[in-house]
Amino acid sequence: MTNTIGCIEKADLILVTGSNTTENHPVISAFIKRAVSFKGTKLIVVDPRRVKIASFAHQWLRPNLGTDVAWINGMMNVIIREERYAREYIESRTVGFEELKKAVADYTPERVAEITGIPAKQLVDAARMYAEAKAGSIVYCMGITQHTTGTDNVKSLANLAMLCGNVGIAGGGVNPLRGQNNVQGACDMGGLPDVFSGYQKVADPQLRERMAAAWGVTGLPDKPGLQVTAMIPKAHSGEVKALYIIGENPLVSDPDLNHAQQSFEHLEFLVVQDIFLTETARIADVVLPAACFAEKDGTFSNTERRVQRVRKAVDAPGQARQDWQIICDLATRMGYPMAYESSEAIMAEIATVTPSYAGISYPRIEHQGLHWPCPNPEHPGTPILHIGQFSSGKGVFNAIAFIPPAEAVDAEYPLYLTTGRVLYHYHTGTMTMKSEGLMDRAPESFVEIARQDAIAHGLDEGAMATIASRRGSIQARVQISAKAVPGTVFIPFHYAQAAANTLTNAALDPISGIPEFKVCAVRLSKAA
Amino acid sequence: MSEPNTITINGNAFTFEPGETILDIAKRQSIDIPTLCHLKGATPTGVCRICVVEVRGADKLLPACATPATAGMLVQTESPQVVAARRLILQMMLASGNHNCAVRGSDGRDWTHFQMGVQQDDQSGELCPVWGDCRLQDLAYRYQVDGHAFPRSPSPYPMETVNPFIVRDFARCIQCGRCVQACNEIQVNNAINFGYKGAFTKIVAAGDRPLRDSDCVFCGECVQVCPVGALVEKDVRYRVRQWETEQVRTTCSYCGVGCQLNLHVKDNRVVKVSGVEGVAPNYGSLCVKGRFGYDFVNSPERLKTPLIKENGQFREASWDEALDLVAARLGKIKTDHGPDSIGVLTSARVTNEENYLASKFTRAVLKTNNIDHCARL
Repeated sequence: MTNTIGCIEKADLILVTGSNTTENHPVISAFIKRAVSFKGTKLIVVDPRRVKIASFAHQWLRPNLGTDVAWINGMMNVIIREERYAREYIESRTVGFEELKKAVADYTPERVAEITGIPAKQLVDAARMYAEAKAGSIVYCMGITQHTTGTDNVKSLANLAMLCGNVGIAGGGVNPLRGQNNVQGACDMGGLPDVFSGYQKVADPQLRERMAAAWGVTGLPDKPGLQVTAMIPKAHSGEVKALYIIGENPLVSDPDLNHAQQSFEHLEFLVVQDIFLTETARIADVVLPAACFAEKDGTFSNTERRVQRVRKAVDAPGQARQDWQIICDLATRMGYPMAYESSEAIMAEIATVTPSYAGISYPRIEHQGLHWPCPNPEHPGTPILHIGQFSSGKGVFNAIAFIPPAEAVDAEYPLYLTTGRVLYHYHTGTMTMKSEGLMDRAPESFVEIARQDAIAHGLDEGAMATIASRRGSIQARVQISAKAVPGTVFIPFHYAQAAANTLTNAALDPISGIPEFKVCAVRLSKAA
Repeated sequence: MSEPNTITINGNAFTFEPGETILDIAKRQSIDIPTLCHLKGATPTGVCRICVVEVRGADKLLPACATPATAGMLVQTESPQVVAARRLILQMMLASGNHNCAVRGSDGRDWTHFQMGVQQDDQSGELCPVWGDCRLQDLAYRYQVDGHAFPRSPSPYPMETVNPFIVRDFARCIQCGRCVQACNEIQVNNAINFGYKGAFTKIVAAGDRPLRDSDCVFCGECVQVCPVGALVEKDVRYRVRQWETEQVRTTCSYCGVGCQLNLHVKDNRVVKVSGVEGVAPNYGSLCVKGRFGYDFVNSPERLKTPLIKENGQFREASWDEALDLVAARLGKIKTDHGPDSIGVLTSARVTNEENYLASKFTRAVLKTNNIDHCARL
């Protein structure tokens, strides 16, 4: 997030898109609901499902799946044509406005209506509402990113925010809600193929030299590595022979699972380090038992870049060990002695090699976490990014054209499928499915469908349906719901027994490598 | 005395900002005015009246939580009149339900009769589930009152136990309304409200349905703010007493909000979770997963020992054996096929420190940049 969670309540307008906030980030949804209910904040929700947060919205726009660039360009078209943009801000703080203007000129509300299904008047109203707000906050989630145009979608939202001068102010910003406790931190710490910690490029010879000196090694690899969505196909083709997987369950979370499963079978050696014998751990050659969050000390970085303490409350079961201790032992056995007294000692090293974490230490975050960038021990942290000036100098507008999703419906597969989570479960369910209470509330998978689609397919509430895509098929219980819009069904991806990712398309965004989980074509029938 | 924006509490003058209540000022000055219904962040309702204070010139006692300070106001927070009023309120509350803690009083026969009635309602021989962790009990001690002053008026409503997370015990509800405010003004789930009237007042979900069939999403904010034993976590009720536990503050391990929570630990087990009040980002709020989804920590299915697969079957192994095997196999594959034939998936679930070491291990030891995690999935 460019801004903080608390900042959401300071917004005059909140635009929520591609986020089922009340189910996936319930506590953040409370900030939005309070702002709207008690502080006069306006709310626009743009989502293909009538998610709960839409019931709080002044306007709910319903785009066809995978048409985000079109409606965002459409809103900018209206704002530019009606000259409602932040002229001074654009002149002093950004570049590329003329190119943007040209790029969105074709996206008239009428044309956008054809692509997205959003009525022209609704789009115009929403554009005006966003442009009129003194501070407008954009909140988004995987509904924006999990597309073959995910990167384009995010850049388009950034365009819209800059167009109205909403980046670098309290109550504004472009705010992705991160779905996992430390997905921010995993990125920050160099758990990515092209960067060391703090997003320092591995391709930069000076940075490489610096890291090599800090780590006491030579010959750090200079070529960016493989993204997860490339590693799995390369396992299939034999280029990747071994995988070491820590706390991940790709055999439920990856797209096109049948193919993923085959890829894993081609591996020569698979090590899985986890707290449970997950679907992925079951096919491993070696399984290493790890401690869970309640059994370790350390830090997580949340969605607002706040680095917060994790503290050990109980002992790990049996011989399970903290992940960092396991990694240290393995490194040592492979000829690189690695040893730390504590997680705090590791953080001290992180601070020396990571400019954005340089000022972070355990004593400073004992009571309250700090937002990175925090470049020195006296720095108060940076709750809001880009105040006064963009971190990289000028804010760059990107001229972006709409590209349709990789898969479209046809006669054979006439319905769109989109996937996501439900309130009572988390990711592949490894943790939540151990809770009787949560299982009582959400015991099994389902296919959420609009009444008229259910009738057309002869499916009754509670009946078992077979859902098939070009890649595979699963069975799930029919749930007729007002959340669903005709033509589109939804299935949660948590349940290994009816894994929605058997159906999903592994087509990737060319830059981020993210799969298009949010759009594929399926057909439904009564289960035999 | 009548300087602008000055108020005198118990003989000491304090300045205030327009709009502040007597309670706001007293809190800032560490003057202890007791409260029950007051909930930070919600509109003051003044419904419980335990925070009444004496204001010179006013014809009755005023609730400190809902009375704005005015210039020259003279306030007494523990005058005989105030104390008498608070005692009366507490006596009425204690008589209004199954408050079977020691404040009930020392008359043995009455206690036996009372306790047997409560046991019948509770289907348990235990004292109140929040004995020792109850604001009403605290105040009964502070003002030295018991439940004898008025005839007992039992609740007309049976306990609700049909959902997996929360027991609603209407016989211990003092109708302070904190749960209603938590649900409507803090979490804005709008699932519960006051229902019925007079002696039949009850906190209800729409249509007086059980929570499991209502709009309730089991965030548990109501349980956290309940000052008495009316709302208690099902798994905690009678099994865990507050004084048996230690609390460890940490960060939630579910979504990326990073809620600050307290793990309540008894006998090396996490037995309860509560939100940390007054601290960003969540200021005490949690969701159903964060508050009730901790069973996995103690799950018997947790992995407890390294496993090595032989002939398609796992067998238990020592750390030495397992790590030697992993080091040898990875080392050989690296030698035979080059570093880029190995990939590492680090985790969005583990700590920063662990992710940093996973990156360091991949780059400095394996000598490949093939490291990623499930940020995209």
